[in-house]
Amino acid sequence: MIEYSYIIAFLPLLSYLLIVFFFSKNNKVAHTVSITAILASFVLSVIVFFEVLANHGPHIFEYEWISMPGFELPLSLYIDPLAAVMLLVVTIVSSCVHIYSVGYMHGDPRYPRFFSFLSLFSFSMLGLVISGTFFGTFIFWELVGLTSYLLIGFWFEKKVAADAGKKAFVTTKIGDLGFLAGLLILSAAAGTFNYSEVYHLIENNQIPVIFITAAGILMFCGAIGKSAQFPLHVWLPDAMEGPTPVSALIHAATMVAAGVYLTARIMSIIVVSHSAAITIAYIGGITALLAASIGLVQNDIKRVLAYSTVSQLGYMILALGCGGYTAGTFHLMTHAFFKALLFLGAGSVIHAVHTNDIQFMGGLSKKMPITSKTFFIASLSIAGIFPLSGFWSKDEIFATILHEGHWFLLVLAVLVAGMTAFYMFRLCFLTFTGKPRDEHAYEHAHESPNTMTYPLIFLAILAVCAGWVGIPWLHHGYASFVYFHHPHHPEPNFALMIIGTIVALAGIYLAYLMYYKRAIDPVKMAERFKPVYTFLFNKWYFDELYMGTVIRFTYWFMEVLFRFDQVVIDGFVNFCGKFGLFNSRIWMTFDVYVVDGAVNGAGYITRWFAGGLRRIQSGAVQNYAFVIFLGVVLLILFRMM
Amino acid sequence: MDFPILTYMIFIPLVGMVVVMTMRKEAHNAIRYTSSFFSLVVFVLSCILAIQYDSSIPDMQFVENVSWIPSLGINYFLGVDGISVPMLFLTGLLSFISIVASFGITNRVKEYFAFFLLLEVGMIGVFCALDFFLFYIFWEIMLVPMYFLIGVWGGPRKEYAAIKFFLYTLFGSVLMLVGIIALYFYAEPHTLNMMELIRRNSTYGYTFQLIVFAAFYVGFAIKVPAWPFHTWLPDAHVEAPTAVSVILAGVLLKMGTYGLMRISYPMFPEAAVYYSIPVALIGMIAIIYGAFVSMAQKDLKKLVAYSSVSHMGYCMLGLAALTTAGWAGCMYQMFSHGVLTGALFLLVGVLYDRAHTREIAAFGGIGAKVPLFTGIFVLFGMGSLGLPGLSGFVAEFMTFIGAFNSGYVYQWIVIVSILGVVLTAGYILRMVQNVFLGPLNTRWEGLTEINGRELFTVIPLAVLTILLGVWPKPLVSMISVSIDNIVKMITG
Repeated sequence: MIEYSYIIAFLPLLSYLLIVFFFSKNNKVAHTVSITAILASFVLSVIVFFEVLANHGPHIFEYEWISMPGFELPLSLYIDPLAAVMLLVVTIVSSCVHIYSVGYMHGDPRYPRFFSFLSLFSFSMLGLVISGTFFGTFIFWELVGLTSYLLIGFWFEKKVAADAGKKAFVTTKIGDLGFLAGLLILSAAAGTFNYSEVYHLIENNQIPVIFITAAGILMFCGAIGKSAQFPLHVWLPDAMEGPTPVSALIHAATMVAAGVYLTARIMSIIVVSHSAAITIAYIGGITALLAASIGLVQNDIKRVLAYSTVSQLGYMILALGCGGYTAGTFHLMTHAFFKALLFLGAGSVIHAVHTNDIQFMGGLSKKMPITSKTFFIASLSIAGIFPLSGFWSKDEIFATILHEGHWFLLVLAVLVAGMTAFYMFRLCFLTFTGKPRDEHAYEHAHESPNTMTYPLIFLAILAVCAGWVGIPWLHHGYASFVYFHHPHHPEPNFALMIIGTIVALAGIYLAYLMYYKRAIDPVKMAERFKPVYTFLFNKWYFDELYMGTVIRFTYWFMEVLFRFDQVVIDGFVNFCGKFGLFNSRIWMTFDVYVVDGAVNGAGYITRWFAGGLRRIQSGAVQNYAFVIFLGVVLLILFRMM
Repeated sequence: MDFPILTYMIFIPLVGMVVVMTMRKEAHNAIRYTSSFFSLVVFVLSCILAIQYDSSIPDMQFVENVSWIPSLGINYFLGVDGISVPMLFLTGLLSFISIVASFGITNRVKEYFAFFLLLEVGMIGVFCALDFFLFYIFWEIMLVPMYFLIGVWGGPRKEYAAIKFFLYTLFGSVLMLVGIIALYFYAEPHTLNMMELIRRNSTYGYTFQLIVFAAFYVGFAIKVPAWPFHTWLPDAHVEAPTAVSVILAGVLLKMGTYGLMRISYPMFPEAAVYYSIPVALIGMIAIIYGAFVSMAQKDLKKLVAYSSVSHMGYCMLGLAALTTAGWAGCMYQMFSHGVLTGALFLLVGVLYDRAHTREIAAFGGIGAKVPLFTGIFVLFGMGSLGLPGLSGFVAEFMTFIGAFNSGYVYQWIVIVSILGVVLTAGYILRMVQNVFLGPLNTRWEGLTEINGRELFTVIPLAVLTILLGVWPKPLVSMISVSIDNIVKMITG
């Protein structure tokens, strides 16, 4: 099956084409086609997974794409344990989201189009996962960006949604510039984009480290954009304007993890280049802290989750920067499940109360038992409570950072764990417990239909169990499957586990005091730390900063250049034209008065002359005789003198 | 060569023009269908040519060489290689599409189509001619119908635009003529045979090469139009009728780059190397500058026009690279830009026919009203911004790789040029958003969806842009041998 694993990606593409060309008016057929395709991809992914489990590979199959004298640009399949795990994660989450969307998008006028876009996204994302060249990865990288744009702006009649789509596309495109530049450097330094060949060249020291570092950091810029890392994180929270299933699939579980995936794919570079590794680790660490701090005070349920996503992606990047190939990708997997669950749960709530604002929720656990229970499970998991998935993957990350000896980053990571637990439970308590703060919304709230709750339950199981494959005592667990070079079995570090748990519990307890018990008044707290609160509430003013600098400069510069174009360049052309015209006027004047004047003057003189001469030509013979006589007399006189 | 396919391709439109001119003035539909028929025949021939062309050999094929004016050594010399065949195909396709797209013309129908067919004669001729005299004649033949097509059927400032176009390009032609004459007298024995002149390129003195290269360069750069010779373009586009814009952007601009590839570079290889940095810089400036100025446009058509300046900058960069990949990127971009921009002009025309305005700010939210039109427009917009899977990406990527690995071009020029990618995304998305997204502007409640004939004109282009994006092999293998041959000859 492995050699045909491109079928996994092409099935959703087929579904997209079928819906666009044949079923664009038929809701039922559209979702059936789309769901069938992704489920089939899932089944095939399972088969591939077991084949890879038996033989780790990597299994590489190359295809000619562009080929000319002196220049080759092939595409290839590269199936290794990481790709196999990613295939499973993507198809599982995508299947859940497809099914969930049947309920969530019910009644939308563009329902078939929504499913066609989901299929197109699944195709692009799966293509990205199985691609075996950096070039192929870049192609699918851009395609997931497109589908993200289309889906964020799905309700494009809302100006904010359309704006958010544009912002996401352009911001990630800035990161992609780095990716592109990295590819160029790679083409010059390695002469190939194939993963295996690039790895081989790097490991045999055939590329100077300076080029490796440059290529690594530049390609990581792509990951900064796509995985919403500092300083390009600003697009992800806005992307929450898209339909919630989209947020779950693209902007939480899969596409934003593509940056992490790419960073894992350049692990050879990280291992060789110390400066690249440090850059990546610190970007991840800063992002984790920055996003968590903003998440503490937001009121939009989806935005809190969005900042949480940014923060968790920061964790993964941090782990990878510390060389934690296993830790980073492990957290990617567990995060995909519990974060998808959180978003789908949030979608279920929004579906019920028609608002995103947690200030108008409260007490919903009575009305929505399944949603609230699964949401609590996911929150416990992300907070890192034993024995849920999040606990194991987060612990693995801490252990990796400790192993590298980055004490500062370790403290930061533990701090972020506490903040995560706090804001997640703030969200839980405000949404599901206490008294309803909006009676009207509460009255109309109801549990969502089965198509929505079943995926929640399924994901909740994964949010609990998925991490068990990575329990440190397990000898044939995740670490012996997805590893870099050679499997490593970190010693279980009880001290770290206990510290992590205590911090998480402390966060939860604080949230409990503030938002459940109301022992500490959050409003008073906000008053007391007003400057900090405002700063965080306004997201560290990043949007304002970019608006005031980069964007303003761009708009100013484009006007300046346009003026320059009109006034200077075109002005010169018009001046040449005018000058030509002016010249021709001068010459015309010259022509009329001088040249033509000369011609006319000559004629006039001739006529005048002729007029004079005419008198002589009288025809009277006696006059002629007289003149002759005069002439003779004059000649004689002349002769005599 | 038993069947002189190139001669047929050149003269069938001329026959068509004569036929149209003999028709009754009022028989509008008859004129329309007759013209479409003739251009369709040319298109079919161009397809046959592309299929029959043997891409594995770099030599000129389908050669026709007949002595014409022996005293001056002028021959009727035609032939095609991997550079001209795709251009002929593009010309055949776009001419047919443009003629079909011109069915809405109601003013002086007979003259319009007659001029259009004459224009096609000139275009096909330029891409086939291998004798300088013949080349120059076809080059000048194009100017006349173009002048009238803009000047008679154009918008409010048509006279200004037409004269500007005519004089500007004529200025370029004159420089080119000077170059041709210089070459003619420099070469011993005197000849106007382009292939012969290329063969002798090693005998030309260095200074001579530098000067004549510059003369030809300016002549062709005006046509491209390369920065800073581009300002005739926005005016011409804004005033020209839709179909004329399509031809202008799709084919006429390519003659500039075609001329550089066919004449300037192979004839003056040392000058080509000498000028590679300035040409690359011009390409870089065009990419960035064109993108910024596009962003500032308020008129939809002018935006697309300035985007052409930016996109043709990639061609310059690829040419300057003097690598096979760079040249292939340039060639690919020529083809791809013809398809994408041609389609964008058609779509802007579709919108203008309904709304009678092209002001971006006047629209808003029409995506909900005309979803099919929006979908197609966004497709071409994405192609234009270089989305993988569509033709523009392949072209840009090959250009960048080719230029970055060239050795003749500073690498920082390429790195700065890639900024164009994000700027393009910026102006395309801004335009898409302001025209199609957001709440529907109530003024456009009655806007009607794209109709069958209009779809017929854009669908082939949509298919082409996707096909070229996902399966570049056919076009690449068609061009690569010829290009490799020329590039090797230049760089030795």
